[in-house]
Amino acid sequence: MTTINANPDAILDTHASRDNYLTHTRGFLSWAFTLDHKRIGVMYLVGVLTAFFVGGIFALLLRTELLTPGATITADPNVYNQWFTLHGAIMVFLVIIPSIPAALGNFILPIMLGAKDVAFPRLNLFSFWLWMAGALFAVVALMRGGFDTGWTFYVPYSTTTETGGVIPVVVGVFILGFSSIFTGMNFVVTIHKLRPPGMTWFRMPLFLWALYSTALIQVLATPVLAITLLLLIVERAVGIGIFTPSLGGDPVLFQHFFWFYSHPAVYIMILPGMGIVSELFAVHAHRHIFGYRFIAYSSVAIAIFSFLVWGHHMFVSGQSPLINTLFSAISFSVAIPSAVKVFNWTATLYKGSISLTTPMLYALAFLILFTIGGLTGLHLATLNTDVHLHDTYFVVAHFHYVMMGSALIAMIGGLHHWWPKITGRLYNERLGSLACIIIFIGFNVTFFTQFMLGSHGMPRRYYDYQPEFTTYHQISTMGSYIMASGFLITAWCLLSSLWNGERSPANPWGGRSLEWQCSSPPPHDNFPTQPRVGDCYDFSCVVWSEEENGYVVDRSLDPELNPNAPKRAGAH
Amino acid sequence: MSSITAGTQGHGHDAHGAHGAHGAHDAHGAHDHPPFLAHHFESPQQQFDSAKLGMWLFLATEVLFFGGLFVAYAVLRMRFPEVFSYASHYLDTIMGGVNTAVLILSSLTMALAVRFAQTGRKAAMLICLWLTLAGAAGFMVIKYFEYTHKIHEHLVWGTTFYVPPDNAEGQTEATELAKEPPPAPLGVTVADPTQPALPVLAKVPATDAAAIKPAARAPSGLASPREMAKAEGIKTGEGTTGAHPSLHLEDRKMPPNTHLFFGIYYAMTGLHGVHVIAGGVMLIWLIWRGMRGDFGPKYYTPVDAGGLYWHIVDLVWIFLFPLFYLIH
Amino acid sequence: MAHATTSNPGTHGGHAGHGGHAEGHPLVGHLVPISTLVGTAAALIVLTVITVAVRYIDVGEFNIHIAIGIAVIKAALVAAFFMHLRWDRPFNLLIFVACVLFVVLMLSFCVMDTQQYKNLQFKGNPPAVETTLKANAPGAPVARHTQYQP
Repeated sequence: MTTINANPDAILDTHASRDNYLTHTRGFLSWAFTLDHKRIGVMYLVGVLTAFFVGGIFALLLRTELLTPGATITADPNVYNQWFTLHGAIMVFLVIIPSIPAALGNFILPIMLGAKDVAFPRLNLFSFWLWMAGALFAVVALMRGGFDTGWTFYVPYSTTTETGGVIPVVVGVFILGFSSIFTGMNFVVTIHKLRPPGMTWFRMPLFLWALYSTALIQVLATPVLAITLLLLIVERAVGIGIFTPSLGGDPVLFQHFFWFYSHPAVYIMILPGMGIVSELFAVHAHRHIFGYRFIAYSSVAIAIFSFLVWGHHMFVSGQSPLINTLFSAISFSVAIPSAVKVFNWTATLYKGSISLTTPMLYALAFLILFTIGGLTGLHLATLNTDVHLHDTYFVVAHFHYVMMGSALIAMIGGLHHWWPKITGRLYNERLGSLACIIIFIGFNVTFFTQFMLGSHGMPRRYYDYQPEFTTYHQISTMGSYIMASGFLITAWCLLSSLWNGERSPANPWGGRSLEWQCSSPPPHDNFPTQPRVGDCYDFSCVVWSEEENGYVVDRSLDPELNPNAPKRAGAH
Repeated sequence: MSSITAGTQGHGHDAHGAHGAHGAHDAHGAHDHPPFLAHHFESPQQQFDSAKLGMWLFLATEVLFFGGLFVAYAVLRMRFPEVFSYASHYLDTIMGGVNTAVLILSSLTMALAVRFAQTGRKAAMLICLWLTLAGAAGFMVIKYFEYTHKIHEHLVWGTTFYVPPDNAEGQTEATELAKEPPPAPLGVTVADPTQPALPVLAKVPATDAAAIKPAARAPSGLASPREMAKAEGIKTGEGTTGAHPSLHLEDRKMPPNTHLFFGIYYAMTGLHGVHVIAGGVMLIWLIWRGMRGDFGPKYYTPVDAGGLYWHIVDLVWIFLFPLFYLIH
Repeated sequence: MAHATTSNPGTHGGHAGHGGHAEGHPLVGHLVPISTLVGTAAALIVLTVITVAVRYIDVGEFNIHIAIGIAVIKAALVAAFFMHLRWDRPFNLLIFVACVLFVVLMLSFCVMDTQQYKNLQFKGNPPAVETTLKANAPGAPVARHTQYQP
């Protein structure tokens, strides 16, 4: 059913009619009950970014409290405990885990694949409703007195703490887990079954490989979180004694259960980000991705390896030395596929025609910050240094470098990259780039300092500290304010484009994957005719079109279609 | 929670084009869309395969969901093997075996229902679905009896296990027991219930010691506690209310931490029971749709997918049964 | 990773309208003979009886291995015949095997860890149980198993 269309204009329908997925139907109910993956993606995006804002407020609160030893803005340490718990729980469960798969992935995956929708549209909508329900339970938990257990809910504190919000939030996270599972199921089936003719596995853009690997983890790991939380609720409510020492239980067992999910969860966070970065580097350097198969295989390898290392969160919890050694050794090996990717991305940039657009800046930021984050993970994987560094700010810095400096940065970069596609508007490039630089500077000031804090012995989750740490804390807090202003500028940049932004062509960046071959924003059913699948990283046939004010794919230059095509830069 | 399953069964089915107007798009080429084929699928085969794959992924999540509990069981049993050997005698093997047979037969009727749907024999399919539902109900009824008896006896999780069923009775009981020779000063573990490890037994008059039967012949789950008390030769403090004494608390062979067994027992069989109920709801939905005439040789995917769910429920029980009821 | 189409007898195009016959033929999927289904159920019942019978024979520590072994055989029968894996796409079987493997992974590490500190466990009643016993059944034999000074 391949429709080879020699005339690119027939596919691109940018200005012919303004009918697109946003205008196709109107009204609240048409959004609340939509089955359109694009609308669901947009709703997720709004939800996730709102949650990010709320989680960020808690971060700023706790950083402000840490400006001075002792009381700064609150005299109650329990309130501080609630702030870091809420910051962590909101960011992990409501923002980072769903952000790329559910918000960007839902929108982009079917279009990039060449499908009309995901495999189970109603399940997709249900996933979104579950996300809303989880967020609602978090709000309920706040109203019931909050919770101060840390986002990791370790027993016996979580089963005995007086704060009344523990069970509501744990129920909320349980529900969010199912939202994640159903998204994962949807993606796996979509990629397996809904590929159009010509879209073989090794023709898929790397973002799809990343989403696929992520989906595998979502399906296999999240149920263990579900049972962990269920047991936690039961233990707190009726005390069966499985985790509580005073009833004969084993608190380390809780940690095994919790981290069996939560370690793969951090790969749910980073893998899609890596997929985005592959796209950003290739498109904005106008260069075929280097080592496609290596990157694809490494995504799946990371997914599998991620299940083998959870004990490295428990080196000082009382885990036996034998198991400690095993986990430490395997944790070293999980760094290898990630390193493979970093080398391939760097090689992609080499001799590329690099446009320093905002998405490229975010991708470069990712490269630097992920390298730092990843390397510092090795310090923590080493048993003897971990004894010193565990539960210090070194850990906090490490995971912020990988979760925020890498995953979130990739998400924002991807948001900028696909913003014209999603909204049909171009944001102001200078403002976007400026915001990116401010965020990058702010981030490093905030978190690089924390490596020092941690290695000098400042424990994490502490409300008070020795006066000798004051300068570092103040620098870190200043950095967080800088970062916050960078995010505010980004928000302004993107939101104002909705009113003031120039209308976007179908292909503003010169991409080759299928999403750039439909209008911006896309029509309701993605493609008027079945798109033709080519090499999505071969940019040699992408040319600028003045009348389009954007790039188009000139088929006569496509070496696959026309063997006599002149060899141009950007080819493989 | 997996009661969600009922709502997601029909995700391959979109009979009435629930989307907004499809407009002018027609990427299907020559063949028209049968009514049961959702618009984003190219062919019934693709839809069927997708639904099956989706269902298998969901079953994988169920396996991992229960898997966590199996890990908890393994860890507990490794730490306290004597607890498991002892406490399993409070479970009735025959009841468990009957439940196993009921589930196996209901799996058979479910698989037959799928087959009858495939061959268009609607009446036979509906009968089989009803029989499967009856199996689910039967399983829950037996489970109900098992549970209520145990709960009555305070053979439950947590510290309630150590509270005699009728507390006033327990107080009397406590006074009775307190008249016995004083206990040994410091803890001694009964690692092996067959050995008289307690020094206190040596001080107990010979008649009482001989009257204590080994735990291996502890009563089955449904016998009357009074009969059990007679068999054990234990003085049943006939209290004013006539309530039965808490026999497990009086059993010298009971090792410490026995409450953990019941904790994991209720957690695992309880969660399984919830899945059986969810399966029952799903079956009711299938019956309703089947009566409406939705299923036939052209389209029976929900029956097939529902069947897969039901078989997983059976499969989990196949492992639960030996782990709880067949401990030697 | 393109899937080879398994040779299912029922996967003909879109025109299998056998309305007039007593037994229709499914449009997609594979028909399992009724004898296979009944035979599988019979085998499962027999294995159940065996496993219950074995419970009463003492083979020491192998009891659990035999019980689990029989359970695995029963599970394999259910998966292969009732759940259709014998005739289904290989990837579905891979999913099933993979999730079981992951449970085994979690199990083995947790059990290995627990094994390492098994002999460091306290013997006797844990504190919350102690408190309950003292309040409700101080004379109970199990109350004497204590790790604390009376």
